[in-house]
Amino acid sequence: MLEQQLLNALTLGSVYALFALGFTLVFGVLAVINLSHGAVFMAGSYAALFLVTRFELPLWAALPGAALFSGLLGLLVDVLILKPLRARNAPHLIPMIATIGVGIILTSAAQGLFGAEIRRFPEEILPAGEFTVGEVHVRALEIAIVAIAFALMGLLLWVLRGSQTGRALRAIAESPKAAWLLGINVERLFHVTSFVAAALGGVAGVLIGLDFNAITPQMGQPILHKGIAVIILGGMGDIRGALIGGLFLGTAEVLAKGYLSSQMGDAIAFGLLFLILLLRPSGLFGRVLERKA
Amino acid sequence: MKLKPTSLLLTALCAGLTGGATAADLKIGVAEALTGGAAQYGVSNRNGIQLAAEEINAKGGINGSKLQLVVEDEQGKKEEAINVYKKLIFQDKVLMIIGPTLSNSMFAAGPVANSAKIVAFGTSNTANGITDVGPWVFRNSVMESDVLPVTVASAVKHYKIKQVAVIYGNDDAFTKSGYDVFKQVLAEQKIPVTTTETYVKGDVDFKAQLTKIKAGNPDAVVCSCLAEEAANIMLQARGLGLKAPFIGGNGFNSPKLFEISKLAGEGTFVGSPWSNSNPAPANKNFVTAYKQKYGSEPNQFAAQAYDAVYIAAEALKATKLSGNLDTDREALKAALPKVSINGATGPFKFRPAKTKDGKPGGWDAEQKPFIYMIQGGKFTLYTGK
Repeated sequence: MLEQQLLNALTLGSVYALFALGFTLVFGVLAVINLSHGAVFMAGSYAALFLVTRFELPLWAALPGAALFSGLLGLLVDVLILKPLRARNAPHLIPMIATIGVGIILTSAAQGLFGAEIRRFPEEILPAGEFTVGEVHVRALEIAIVAIAFALMGLLLWVLRGSQTGRALRAIAESPKAAWLLGINVERLFHVTSFVAAALGGVAGVLIGLDFNAITPQMGQPILHKGIAVIILGGMGDIRGALIGGLFLGTAEVLAKGYLSSQMGDAIAFGLLFLILLLRPSGLFGRVLERKA
Repeated sequence: MKLKPTSLLLTALCAGLTGGATAADLKIGVAEALTGGAAQYGVSNRNGIQLAAEEINAKGGINGSKLQLVVEDEQGKKEEAINVYKKLIFQDKVLMIIGPTLSNSMFAAGPVANSAKIVAFGTSNTANGITDVGPWVFRNSVMESDVLPVTVASAVKHYKIKQVAVIYGNDDAFTKSGYDVFKQVLAEQKIPVTTTETYVKGDVDFKAQLTKIKAGNPDAVVCSCLAEEAANIMLQARGLGLKAPFIGGNGFNSPKLFEISKLAGEGTFVGSPWSNSNPAPANKNFVTAYKQKYGSEPNQFAAQAYDAVYIAAEALKATKLSGNLDTDREALKAALPKVSINGATGPFKFRPAKTKDGKPGGWDAEQKPFIYMIQGGKFTLYTGK
């Protein structure tokens, strides 16, 4: 049973990590806690559902489609909401509140368009294979989810570490003003960051939607709370932190449900989180006090 | 009351046909939630009642008298149910009242009927203690505690079940009370429970709980869940390689559940007070007539309400009405417990309610539930091996 629960934890945790990655990226670069990230996550899974059911696209084509859609949504939020606020030098709480509004609008729009009831991907399009290793029952879908999540996270890490854009992004994370003085096109990279973060969030939405096969307008809310917890745990704005924090939260939640009490899953996961923060107030890879943007 | 000339003519004609009997109409009060959240049940109830009354009147009524329904909307609210009851009892001077829709409303309105000495007949009140209100309270709605023992026993026999696992939603009154009944039934039938798992409304991830359930190796999974969650539970259980069949409560009585879960729900056992596919003539007639009149499929609520009118009619047939309202109401109350009919919900009779404090109580339904097994994604009547 432990092996099976660890597989459950790995699937859940890698999606949490993927979600938190975009979340933490926006915070690291734009210094904004973007609370519409949960709604973008939800929009991603509806976009994939729409592509699959309306245009009868196969899943492998719907996934990048959903990423593109949520990426554009994130870009739109940046251009329409965050940019004007930046231009007016708004205090950093203001963009956070504004993105709550964006989240509410997107959630209501999804509810209006698709209804409040649970929607599902048609069974035919899901990868059907499954096999058993010892005690563990593995679905091809779960392998695909973990592989896609890790591939995207690896790609992002590689871009940040190895490319010119990555260097520029890290420079902005240190100081946007200094980066601007060095000739980096800060606004453009803000847009790029918003797009990439939202696209990652959208992909996470599709993966969760596939794993549990349930898509609702409200699905962004619980994962938003978890995303906040993950990036606080990992250290705000830290990429490795989001990865490890996501896996940790997924594991804690699954093991708490499996071995302690099924109604206490969240309580135990968040309780552990609290304990860790008592010991390391700035998170695992703590930089929380360094940025005061 | 406005009468169109044609209906006047019709009444005159009928009176002529029944040998000039001048018997007055038999007034039955109907208190149902026709608006508000409970309207989905209340409207079904009213439809069933109207259909039955029309059928009875079309066949010449009861001992020459027509049934006359006085329909009021109690909005699914306790206060409104009391108001409607008072209006029906004192102003409309009905012989008896069918409804209200919800158990909560019956707890409020039942005492009014009891002190006014008039029969209150519930068709959709399944809560425990409804008939503890007093000797004037009747119901033909079958309770979960009548259905689940039969469901469990049938599944146990069919699958030779030795142990089960349980999963239920613990923040919903309906699934929680279903769980309480299951728990008692499993204890009574001495079936060990490997593990009891819970979830809360809105959960979509049940894999951790199901992995734990699978580890206990149960022969079946007992699930007190609403349809949406049950569908996800079934799909995820199969994804984890958990092959045990499910046993469900009233929340499983939804064709939607098995549309969503597809073959994951195969072999599920579920019980219901009524079966759409019950081939008994009374039910076939009901289903056809209902579809013809309302253009939609009937449900369990319409069927129970429909039967209630036939039960009342049977009692009225056996009652000699004096014209004195109080004695007529009393006579009707005395006649009801003797009624037994073969209705849309199958053979029916009353049994005296077991009250907690031993005081005289009302009358509950004595009826066998229908047990279904899900085969090919469809509800199939289970008749034993």
